[in-house]
Amino acid sequence: MMSHTRRAWSLLRGGSGVGSGSSSCDGGGLVLRSRSTDVYQNLALEDWIDANVDLERRGVLLLWRNRPAVVIGRHQNPWAECDLAAMRRAGIPLARRRSGGGTVFHDLGNLNLTFFASKKAYDRQRNLKVITDALRRIRPGLQVHATDRFDILLNGHLKISGSASRLSRKSSYHHCTLLHSADRSALAAVLRPSCPGIHSNATPSVPSPVANLLDHAPSLQWEELLDALANQYNAEFSSGATATLVDPADESAFPGLGRVAAELRDWNWTFGKTPKFSVQTVLHLTDDHSRARSSAQLHMEVKNGVIDSCQLDVPADWLPPRLSGELSGVLVGERFCGHRAAAAVTALLRPESGELRHRLRSLCDAVVSVMG
Amino acid sequence: VLPVLSVVFQLSQQYRRRCFRLQTFRCVRTLQPLSFRWDRNLQTLSSRTLHTATVSRGPIVQFKLSDIGEGIMEVTVKEWYVKEGDKVSQFDSICEVQSDKASVTITSRYDGVIKKLYYDVDATALVGKPLVDIETESKVIQEEDVVETPAMAREEHTHQEIKGHKTQATPAVRRLAMENNIKLSEVVGTGRDGRILKEDILNFLAKQTGAILPPTLFQEIQTPAPTPAAVAAAAQPAIFTGKDVTEPLKGFHKAMVKTMTAALKIPHFGYCDEVDLSRLVALRAELRSTTEGRGVKLSYMPFFIKAASLGLLHFPILNASVDEGCQNITYKASHNIGLAMDTSQGLLVPNVKNVQLLSVFEIAQELNRLQTLGAAGQLGTSELTGGTFTLSNIGSIGGTYAKPVILPPEVAIGALGKIQILPRFDAGGQMVRAHIMNVSWSADHRIIDGATMCRFSNLWREYLENPACMVLDLK
Repeated sequence: MMSHTRRAWSLLRGGSGVGSGSSSCDGGGLVLRSRSTDVYQNLALEDWIDANVDLERRGVLLLWRNRPAVVIGRHQNPWAECDLAAMRRAGIPLARRRSGGGTVFHDLGNLNLTFFASKKAYDRQRNLKVITDALRRIRPGLQVHATDRFDILLNGHLKISGSASRLSRKSSYHHCTLLHSADRSALAAVLRPSCPGIHSNATPSVPSPVANLLDHAPSLQWEELLDALANQYNAEFSSGATATLVDPADESAFPGLGRVAAELRDWNWTFGKTPKFSVQTVLHLTDDHSRARSSAQLHMEVKNGVIDSCQLDVPADWLPPRLSGELSGVLVGERFCGHRAAAAVTALLRPESGELRHRLRSLCDAVVSVMG
Repeated sequence: VLPVLSVVFQLSQQYRRRCFRLQTFRCVRTLQPLSFRWDRNLQTLSSRTLHTATVSRGPIVQFKLSDIGEGIMEVTVKEWYVKEGDKVSQFDSICEVQSDKASVTITSRYDGVIKKLYYDVDATALVGKPLVDIETESKVIQEEDVVETPAMAREEHTHQEIKGHKTQATPAVRRLAMENNIKLSEVVGTGRDGRILKEDILNFLAKQTGAILPPTLFQEIQTPAPTPAAVAAAAQPAIFTGKDVTEPLKGFHKAMVKTMTAALKIPHFGYCDEVDLSRLVALRAELRSTTEGRGVKLSYMPFFIKAASLGLLHFPILNASVDEGCQNITYKASHNIGLAMDTSQGLLVPNVKNVQLLSVFEIAQELNRLQTLGAAGQLGTSELTGGTFTLSNIGSIGGTYAKPVILPPEVAIGALGKIQILPRFDAGGQMVRAHIMNVSWSADHRIIDGATMCRFSNLWREYLENPACMVLDLK
């Protein structure tokens, strides 16, 4: 297996080593399988291949899967797409990919395929044909077809695959999911908004009824599916490669990949790249001691994940405008993040005492909970 | 006849409508005499002095949105990476557009300065229509500069004979073509007598699709042997241009201003002491393997915190709070002991709730949890509010004595220095190695007097110097 890898590397780097034997690539395409299940490492691997491999001569197919994670599209709003607090409690990380499109829930039952090609050879329908042909070959009874929105539907209405792609100066990649045995209940629990009242022009996700291949073809094992896809890719793109296992954590094989993965984990990428949006909502306030209740209006503008402006309309008899003004003032310039806000508001609370402190605390808690 | 010049006339007509008259004249002026300059350069071969090339402003080019493929005619502009006035190099990213789940990065074809953006974010951009205007840099070599070396200079014109067609080009242009694998016969020369100019090579490259060019190529086409004068002028001046930077205080730091201003209104007094932790060090060493077996890291802090709570049982005034006008004092029932934590965001003080009910092990567990949250930037309001007494382990970073500031609404705080191994005399007069730590307390002098603080500190010290005593009084 190691020799497979070495030969694959010489090919990836544009070397002349067209070796003998079945493990070599005959010029049509290269099939890789990632051994990592870390979403950031795999996304970084996609970036690395896109930037470092010469795709003019032939394309690459990368097969990968991740431990549970939510992946949003390049121009999406994470607060609108997923419940961040629920994800944190469940230990599910959030990643933003570089391609456009909607939000996906990844887990070990969800196969990802990335078709790398030169910009000239970019052809999404051809790639999807590889998948549908492979499925029909191993399970002729399965009714699958690709739509003009680049989804793959089972039995005409159940979505088993969605696509997204990225075009750079001279290369392209088209990646898509394939639901083999994903946990659909976990999916439903996290794919809903973190907070109400978000208004934005970010790309919205289009929800569709989904299905797992395993439910409709119970004998279809993971390995059988991957082999069929690799073989169909080779048939379609006239190559003779067998799938080579790669490890994105290996810095000697993928120099610089660690740095790309670190960029993808960074707040500035995951949250800071959110297109500007506004939050408008009503806050319900209670005073624990006097049992009084009130409500306030919150209006925030958020740019690059940072609160750009904040307006709090609190009844003056509930809390003096000076205090709600201080709270707004302290939030502006902070990240739109419940924890950041918590640190700032607790510092504000310290000098206050008595009834004002309880009411301010209630207001602070309400504002912090909006941010997820 | 000369394609470049006719384009210039077209452009200048367009720009007369758009630009100021001054700019239009400049456009025409820089390009027209170009061919004459090349001739003069070649004739004045005798002078060997090398001067730097100066950059003069080139024409403003409309950079159109190129074909994305798959018959797509329009895209949405999602993000701009540049703004008007920014300098760009060839292959720099200009913007991100999206169409039909495909995200595309548009890169610049030219070096220059962005003059105009045609679309706002979220607007629909049309393929084939202008996206940005770029004022290109044409590195025109002024007449006093000579780039030839003696050997090359003998040839007045350098030409290649390819397929029976004489192509004229200077050595610099030939080198540019050769480095880009371009056959001069394929390039249309727009200089005098069809001579190929550097601009012609650049235009040829721009039209090529899929050309793989290293971005630094064009910077290399400068004077071949830099003289010290050239190097000095070309290199960035290493002078100190330190300017004051002013920015408004925001968020957490702004809130801390309010806290600290209120804190220093409290009349502080300080009290310091030294604690011999030798026995505690031995105890912890014994217990570490047990706690690690339970999955918890044990530091000294859980002992410090528990000892403080035991002390507060005897001196409840240190776990109190006064109201705004210092009219009423509230003795808090819970010992919520805060731990100052240095996080990426700044100084946060989460607290361990109800220490009076917790064992040392439970305190260690809770500390682990708070430290994990703090490191991840995930401390919430429940962790950060409700504290009644604070310990600051500044010694983990360094230092011996400190003057800590009380965090309202609390009335006391302790700062712990680092543990040092120092020589001390034991009861028998022998010199021993002792683990010594300094503690610096601050308290609100309006309600706490020196004697109270001293007695509390002595009790706390007693528990830590003789951990067996702590076992006696543990609740």
